[in-house]
Amino acid sequence: MSTATSKGSGSMTRLQALLGWIDARFPLSKMWKEHASEYYAPKNFNFWYYFGSLAMFVLVIQIVSGIFLTMNYKPDAAQAFGSVEFIMRDVPWGWLIRYIHSTGASMFFIVVYLHMFRGLLYGSYRKPRELLWLVGVLIYLCMMAEAFFGYLLPWGQMSYWGAQVIVNLFGAIPIVGEDLAVWIRGDYVISDATLNRFFAFHVIAIPLVLLALVVVHIMALHEVGSNNPDGIDIKKKKDAAGHPLDGIPFHPYYTVKDLVGVIVFLAVFSIILFFAPEVGGYFLEYNNFIPADPLQTPPHIAPVWYFTPYYAMLRAVPAFLGSQFWGVIVMGAAVLIFFLLPWLDRSAVRSIRYKGPYYKIALALFVVSFLVLGWLGTQPTDFLGKIGGTDAAVILARLFTIMYFAFFLLMPWYSRADRTKPEPERVTG
Amino acid sequence: MADTGVNNGKRRFLLVASSVAGGAASLAAAVPFVWSMLPSARARAAGAPVEVDISKVEPGMMIRAEWRSQPIWVVRRTEEMIKGLKAVDPRLADPNSERPQQPKYAQNEYRSIKPEWLVLIGICTHLGCSPSQKLQAGPESGLGDDWPGGFFCPCHGSKFDLAGRVFRDVPAPTNLVVPRYQFLTDTRLRIGEDSKGA
Repeated sequence: MSTATSKGSGSMTRLQALLGWIDARFPLSKMWKEHASEYYAPKNFNFWYYFGSLAMFVLVIQIVSGIFLTMNYKPDAAQAFGSVEFIMRDVPWGWLIRYIHSTGASMFFIVVYLHMFRGLLYGSYRKPRELLWLVGVLIYLCMMAEAFFGYLLPWGQMSYWGAQVIVNLFGAIPIVGEDLAVWIRGDYVISDATLNRFFAFHVIAIPLVLLALVVVHIMALHEVGSNNPDGIDIKKKKDAAGHPLDGIPFHPYYTVKDLVGVIVFLAVFSIILFFAPEVGGYFLEYNNFIPADPLQTPPHIAPVWYFTPYYAMLRAVPAFLGSQFWGVIVMGAAVLIFFLLPWLDRSAVRSIRYKGPYYKIALALFVVSFLVLGWLGTQPTDFLGKIGGTDAAVILARLFTIMYFAFFLLMPWYSRADRTKPEPERVTG
Repeated sequence: MADTGVNNGKRRFLLVASSVAGGAASLAAAVPFVWSMLPSARARAAGAPVEVDISKVEPGMMIRAEWRSQPIWVVRRTEEMIKGLKAVDPRLADPNSERPQQPKYAQNEYRSIKPEWLVLIGICTHLGCSPSQKLQAGPESGLGDDWPGGFFCPCHGSKFDLAGRVFRDVPAPTNLVVPRYQFLTDTRLRIGEDSKGA
């Protein structure tokens, strides 16, 4: 017993000595305390607070599976499609790694959309977290770029024609558009040059930016402190030691909680991965199992589900003054308008728990608009028939596009006019 | 040396001047990288004109060629098709081809050098899909009884007539592009170049 103790403490001292040696040269313990063991997070986090850590977890999944895919993938128009099939059939466990990566892409967007919805629920973008929110929207933009560049790589029909449509969005910009599109493609059409550079963007350029932004996002979060479902500032009430009364150290309390989230997430992820990796054509479109053919457009083109709300808006805007640039503007504005959110919300309270009926109705309509637009974007425009010579689906998309924008643009008025309830002094659990 | 005071004006001047010089140098260094993304010499060479043999095309038929990796359509219109063009005018956005979507010599009723032969780049002017051929008029096209014959883009539903002219109220804003071309002989076309050069 005594020998064991002395042996144990002996090794402890040696370990502590090593830590001391490192700490004198690198702020290891300091960083651990600042970001984990002494980072005080509100004690009333609920279900919606899983998705931040889950997003980081999926990012790791994507990076690791992506590294192993590049070991066998060939970014060459003549070989790309074949090399993906080679990974699927001939590389040991290649099918698993590829399906992890393709399923991971969709799961990344599901997790991030839920993470963003949490921000809308509890006003996480409000002062002093504006910059945190802006960095988050930048991360979202990076993810969209990353997903778009990655989708060309399998060089299937949807890869090819999807890229064709998106690159031509830039071609619609007046005056410089056509030259810009040629510059992006590196050719007059989507070609080997395009595939090669998209590979470079997908595996190195965008991931580097994405990782840097994630670090900035977390640093900004830990500077201002986490919001919570009550939307009140826990730093106002502190104990004698200067710790928030309603805060608990991130480690071990939230590391353990988030671990539960990871386990549940992995269960869901595995079910999709092993039983329905294509999810009925939504995660991997059937047309993408046909090699790219520049002379033959598939009968129906749709992007992967996470882009379809914006795609439905693009199709809903008619050509005007001989240009279809307006659809591109609307689509771009729909994404960029998230940047303005911190300054559009004039409510006296942050959280939906204390906001009035106006905001609740507006948020519900916004979610419905996003979902309906997403569904319309997966369908051909004529699938609901016609009303007065115009496709019914297009009219529907116009209606919900207006609703989508109304959520943001009318927010300064309805958020101020809303009947809010008083916020509590302490978190309510 | 007696004056130990700091000349802030001079410091600021040097700071701004060196920042501007450094910024300009960085911008200049970015040029090769940005330019490297333009089409390579090989891609530009692949944009050279191509020749198409049209001796075996029957009236009412269409063949495809490839130029700059884009589909080129060559349609031999029947007498009926040529006569029908005028009747479609009221349903079109730009019936007289006023927008510069064709060389001068194709800015006519048929959008071609010879009325019988239609040459088009088979890329939708909306977002670059390749429309499908619905050359025959009537309901078997699946586009309604009043379909006059033409092209239909499956991506976003744009419609074009047998001269590649765009219909009203479809997403595509302009007519299909007519490339520069010339007849080398009666049965040989050169796409991508006309008598005035490439």
